[in-house]
Amino acid sequence: MSLHERLFGSLTGAGIALLAAFVALLLVLPAFASGYLLSVAIICLYMAFLGQSWNLMLGYAGLLSIGHALFVGLGGYASGYLFIRFGLPPALGVFVGVAVAGAMGALIGYLGFRFSIGGVYFALLTIAFAEFTRILIDHAKFLGGTEGMFLPVTQESRRGVDLINLRGAPQMYYYVILALMLGAFALSRWLLASRIGYYWRALRDNPEAAAALGIDVFRYRMFAVVISTALAGVAGVFYAFYYNNMFPEQVLGVERSIEITLGPIVGGVGTLFGPIFGAFLLTPLGELLTVGVEWLQQSGLVPANVKVDGVKLLFWGLAVALIVLWRPEGLWPSLCRRLKLVKS
Amino acid sequence: MTDLANAAIAGILTGLVYGLSALGLSVIFGVIKIVNFAHGEFMVIGMFVALVLFRLFGLDPLLSIPFVALLLFVVGYYLQKWVVRRVSHLPDHMQFLLLAGIAIMIVSGCLLVFGPDAQGVQVSYALDSYAIGDLVIDKTRVVAAVAAVIFASLLLGFFKYSATGRAIRACADNYLGAKVVGLDVDRLYSLTFGIGTACVAAAGCIILLIVEVHPYLAPGYTLLAFVIVIVGGMGSLFGALLGGILIGLSEQLAALVMQPSLKSAFSFLLLILVLLVRPQGLLGKVTR
Repeated sequence: MSLHERLFGSLTGAGIALLAAFVALLLVLPAFASGYLLSVAIICLYMAFLGQSWNLMLGYAGLLSIGHALFVGLGGYASGYLFIRFGLPPALGVFVGVAVAGAMGALIGYLGFRFSIGGVYFALLTIAFAEFTRILIDHAKFLGGTEGMFLPVTQESRRGVDLINLRGAPQMYYYVILALMLGAFALSRWLLASRIGYYWRALRDNPEAAAALGIDVFRYRMFAVVISTALAGVAGVFYAFYYNNMFPEQVLGVERSIEITLGPIVGGVGTLFGPIFGAFLLTPLGELLTVGVEWLQQSGLVPANVKVDGVKLLFWGLAVALIVLWRPEGLWPSLCRRLKLVKS
Repeated sequence: MTDLANAAIAGILTGLVYGLSALGLSVIFGVIKIVNFAHGEFMVIGMFVALVLFRLFGLDPLLSIPFVALLLFVVGYYLQKWVVRRVSHLPDHMQFLLLAGIAIMIVSGCLLVFGPDAQGVQVSYALDSYAIGDLVIDKTRVVAAVAAVIFASLLLGFFKYSATGRAIRACADNYLGAKVVGLDVDRLYSLTFGIGTACVAAAGCIILLIVEVHPYLAPGYTLLAFVIVIVGGMGSLFGALLGGILIGLSEQLAALVMQPSLKSAFSFLLLILVLLVRPQGLLGKVTR
């Protein structure tokens, strides 16, 4: 029996209660959260959403992508450009963004699988595509190049709720990304319980045996890549309209791609809830680290020229290395067993 | 025409140094079957150590090679012995992620210690050049290429003739067989990883003559080494040197026709093409 079934096919009473409490807390959070807390919560949900998208590829279909920021960037740039240039609202632009991201995913998948580029070389292929595209966008004047692309915002557009144009108060963004995150969770669960999910795990664990049983390896791998990258494209649309600016280095850099992998790795690759757990653990830790370093700098304990980003990167690298060394299955499965959230 | 010839010569000379760096990657992959995703990061460590030695003692980066290579040999030896060996049973992508984590730590560590600015060394012969007819060849590049060839020859000699080198090749050819005849495979693996990192550290010292160092060079060098090894084929150590020359050459020629900021897009395009066209180059064995 696979890990996800053990984790969610057989939740104990405590497991169901905890899950319900978590969702309830997320639903009422904006009622009492300060502006800062809300912004951190939005990042948590955003990373949880992206982590789930990435996890569909590595966790279920066994395909490592270290270029996921590429699909986020494509979704964001496509919808943002259409909004600025033609006034196309993101409610429609999201379809273009998803199509562009999914098409790029399909291209990489097609090349990778047709030329049978396996394992870590597939990961190299995703990096190469992501970096190549980043440099191209650096030189794309119509997308703002290195100077960045900016979406128009006014004071009044920061109030109220306009879902068609994705303009409104922070609370609106919070509920949008919460809905997306829960939607991705439901989608992952549904996919895993359906035929396609079983095929994925079969070809992840043993491609030769899966092919021998008549599973179309190419086709189902393509499904995994396209679904995962299309979801990342949705995240990109949210990013563009939440932050209202896009810089190639900031959106498409390798660091961003690595950041996406962190939550699922720490939480548990191939588990349903692991990416969410990882995001809600790492994002606040990252914030604490930022605040801590700034505090140490103000009190003169750490020189002012120490870059917060550098400290954060160091922490991330260490987190990945330690998890791979000591808990390669991630933190969530063992926590789950310890707290008896699943029936043994 | 002269421009073209000058660029070609500079490309070949630089390519030999790239080749030495790729040699280290090839050795590690060929023997331990592990993808060292922190390879360029070790190169940058080598560059920074050589830089510090130059600043403190005015030591020519070439003279610091023995020290830096030894230092990085020890680092690589214990990295394999204490860390990488522990993940040998995990799937490929987990090993890859471990080394990616180590790579991030190295880059951010260098960033914290040395800052993001490019820093170089000024050796006494930095501005010298040889003129042959219309051709002008930088002395630093010639010196660098000669040093790379010497170091690579020593390494090839070690693998071909020494008992330890032969034992390492035996591990690469037949893991089980090597164990059966009583070779200490774990120790040989540690030695191999150390040799690989020493190799790339030497390449780092050498390339400091030509390139100014900053932490963000590292990921680019990692990918460069991959491109070279895939082009040359994992099958032979000579292939790595040859691949290095080819890549150095194409890089310099590309710089003639396109603007500098697009040059790196070219190398990623090259990586994509190489992955698509020559994936079988990865399946060979070390030293043949």
